[in-house]
Amino acid sequence: MAKISLTVNGKAVTAEVEPRTLLVQLLRETLNLTGTHVGCDTSQCGACVVHLDGAAVKSCTMLAVQADGASVTTIEGLAKGTQLHPMQEAFREHHGLQCGFCTPGMIMTAVDMVARLGSELDEATIRENLDGNLCRCTGYHNIVKAVEAGARAMGQPALAAE
Amino acid sequence: MNASTISTIGAPVRRKEDHRFITGKGRYTDDMNRPGQTQAYFLRSPHAHARIRAIDTTAAAAMPGVVAILTGADLAADGVGDLICGWMIHSVDGTPMRMGSHPALAKDTVRYVGDHVAVVIAETLNAAKDAAAAVEVDYDVLPAVAETGRAQAPDAPQLHEVAPGNTVFSWELGDKAATDAAFSGAAHVIPLDLVNNRLAPNPIEPRAAIGEYDSGDDAFTLWTTSQNPHLARLVLSAFVGIAPENKLRVIAPDVGGGFGSKIFIYAEETVCVWAAKRVGRPVKWTSDRSEAFLSDAHGRDHITHAELALDAHGKILGFRVKTTANMGAYLSTFASSIPTYLYATLLSGQYDIPAIHCHVDAVYTNTAPVDAYRGAGRPEATFLVERIVEIAARTLKMDGAAFRRRNFITSFPHQTPVIMAYDAGDYGASLDKALMLSDYAGFPARKAEAAARGKLRGIGLSNYIEACGIAPSAAVGSLGAGVGLWESAEVRVNPTGNVEVLTGSHSHGQGHETTFAQLVSSRLGIPMEQVSIVHGDTDKVQFGMGTYGSRSGAVGMSAIVKALDKVEAKAKKIAAYMLEASEGDIEFKDGRFTVAGTDRGLAFAEVALNAYVAHKFPTSEIEPGLKEGAFYDPTNFTFPAGCHVCELEVDPDTGVTEIVNFVAVDDFGVVINPMIVEGQVHGGIAQGVGQALLEGVHYDGDGQLVTGSFMDYTMPRAGNLPSFRIGLTETRCPSNPLGIKGCGEAGAIAAPPAVINALTSALGTEDVPMPATPAKVWQIIQAQRAVAQAAE
Repeated sequence: MAKISLTVNGKAVTAEVEPRTLLVQLLRETLNLTGTHVGCDTSQCGACVVHLDGAAVKSCTMLAVQADGASVTTIEGLAKGTQLHPMQEAFREHHGLQCGFCTPGMIMTAVDMVARLGSELDEATIRENLDGNLCRCTGYHNIVKAVEAGARAMGQPALAAE
Repeated sequence: MNASTISTIGAPVRRKEDHRFITGKGRYTDDMNRPGQTQAYFLRSPHAHARIRAIDTTAAAAMPGVVAILTGADLAADGVGDLICGWMIHSVDGTPMRMGSHPALAKDTVRYVGDHVAVVIAETLNAAKDAAAAVEVDYDVLPAVAETGRAQAPDAPQLHEVAPGNTVFSWELGDKAATDAAFSGAAHVIPLDLVNNRLAPNPIEPRAAIGEYDSGDDAFTLWTTSQNPHLARLVLSAFVGIAPENKLRVIAPDVGGGFGSKIFIYAEETVCVWAAKRVGRPVKWTSDRSEAFLSDAHGRDHITHAELALDAHGKILGFRVKTTANMGAYLSTFASSIPTYLYATLLSGQYDIPAIHCHVDAVYTNTAPVDAYRGAGRPEATFLVERIVEIAARTLKMDGAAFRRRNFITSFPHQTPVIMAYDAGDYGASLDKALMLSDYAGFPARKAEAAARGKLRGIGLSNYIEACGIAPSAAVGSLGAGVGLWESAEVRVNPTGNVEVLTGSHSHGQGHETTFAQLVSSRLGIPMEQVSIVHGDTDKVQFGMGTYGSRSGAVGMSAIVKALDKVEAKAKKIAAYMLEASEGDIEFKDGRFTVAGTDRGLAFAEVALNAYVAHKFPTSEIEPGLKEGAFYDPTNFTFPAGCHVCELEVDPDTGVTEIVNFVAVDDFGVVINPMIVEGQVHGGIAQGVGQALLEGVHYDGDGQLVTGSFMDYTMPRAGNLPSFRIGLTETRCPSNPLGIKGCGEAGAIAAPPAVINALTSALGTEDVPMPATPAKVWQIIQAQRAVAQAAE
């Protein structure tokens, strides 16, 4: 067993894990943060995307011990209290989800996309950058619209200043 | 509009359920854990066909953390029954379909790769997996047959003794003599051979189950990823024999997509709930994606030869179809109904075809079971009809739209030669709108412009029809269904005037918590937030038939309407006493009961409170309380129809197909929430485009699954698809009180022929198989170039 310490959604966490424990297993099974989902076993679907030190990672594809000392944000840590993150709000407003299972990974990927590429995203860029996230319900149509609107909202000065 | 307002039917209300999903607070089966829980891992057959000589669990059972290792012998010892298929099909000769035994854990034979050999139950999943690797199974490997077209070959390995020639049934529908006569008088006969490719449903949430046994009450609970928890309970009780229904609670909480694959009662949940009593602890299983590819029921997988008879002017005279449908190794829950009554009954399409005959052989192969997948039979029918109609038009040098229009059904009701009686529709209207939205007339110029850029451009139409809202119970009973297909609802008005609706429908992405609340809000005049929808728990909802076949609007909501009618009727009686008026003078509108012609009235909540206080009416005449239930049995299927148009470009140097425009015009009858309806269409189109261009389950000659992961099976990604243009036309459905037809499957049904008609138009050949991957398209183009060069 290995002892690790990390920050998850702003809170310090220590845990004893088997070396083979995946980060997503730590989040879901030990920390009970079940918003992060597992939809495949080949790093393809992106339902498990979280932020590690501010960048999107597939939490099914790294070991928990590799997150030792890091800061992890999951879907549960995105809203500020009762105030939804603009990307969460955009997914709701634009019907960017149906069954909701891929949604946490989609939102975390979208927030990362804005961090990397800015808040003015065109359709082709969004589609290209959603390549690592699968959705079986929406045909991506409304996810693309949601990401575009969410990105723009994230770029608004009032929110950017926070 | 937001959820705090009183809703109206037809408003794009944002979804009530979204908050929990976007904040990570959804509750899916795998998100739950029970005290003392163990983990199950299934040891699966690595062979497509083998006898099991022996299973030695000694070493594995001694490994750390192992609680139990159970096999088919343990199932048999406890008298656990086989999994069943609930729809009886009779062959042409009158004999019943040949149902091979389907134990949840293999008895002595495994029949596909992934078939269930044993379950290892351990303290952790890793411990279970480690022990599973140490179970020694002595297999006598047998020859296998995986190909649909080879199953009935004289030398093909035989799967089930009860099914000689691997034939499950040999069934027909329609008038053979009349069809033959139509062909004998035909000016043209259009032949077509095609394959409808096998698909993996792949909801992003894999299946999961937790079984729990309470020895104090001698009662079981099963949490499972089900589209129809009551049906699961019924089958597990009445057929598998786990426990009586009153001792088995089935809960299907948030479910992450189904597309049909979560209708069925599978081995895994059966074993989890049974084993929970055996080991005296909860047993949890969650599928990984590899297991899902192996063991979730697949869809489609038909081989068909068809012929269309035409007169000299392009009028269809007759349609003759011979299909072989792959059922896999065992008959899944509804498998037999898919290539029969959900397929052949739609072969008239939108067209007035005087004579149709369809013959279907269903066959066993050493592959995963095949059952309903989004559309379920109707995509197979539509692909066939819309391909052969297109080829007919091209053969006669007619425009595809004009050919279709010449053959449209234009008066309703219309009795087809294949059972269905279409109740309403306007096929010309959806075609007109689709041609307009797609600028069909401007296509030649766009094609020329694309050619100048070195691209091959094509356009394709698909005028689909489907049968939804399954279905009148007596009618489906006469066709072999083992269950009735009504739906139930209960409307509970609380004393403070808010409302809970218990429904037998099940939402796994469809947004029932919103659309059903919209219906109640608009009817009772109370805000959306005062309406809660309860579903997915057999301890809460008394019974229901679940969600599939686009039935929840047409059937599930109709049951709610019936219950609301009763609530209103009773509330009027109470209001009459409260207002000291005669019951016949009470009107209910905008959430108020008023005395006609006066300004005297009561809010809905006041009447609700008085229903429970029960001070102002004689309880000898009117029972206290305000809660009504209803069962609604449909009077007919519903018939959504429309026209989808796909325009695409092929890069001849790479074979890559890019969809540049996709227009969908659908007639779904009355629409409750257009935002949600359009979302359903988007998702369906994506799955249809996936079938046409990307997706295909492939087994090799030995029955090994080649496409066993998302690395090998091409799921549609955002970059494979365009944004869609959606249009609606409306003819009200006369067969249910809301006029709804259903929208869940249209995209998956309509899109494949639209794409392939476009691709064949671009490539100038009809011989384009699905999925038309870049490699296949490139090979077609290379072959064409070789022929052209040889001719020079």
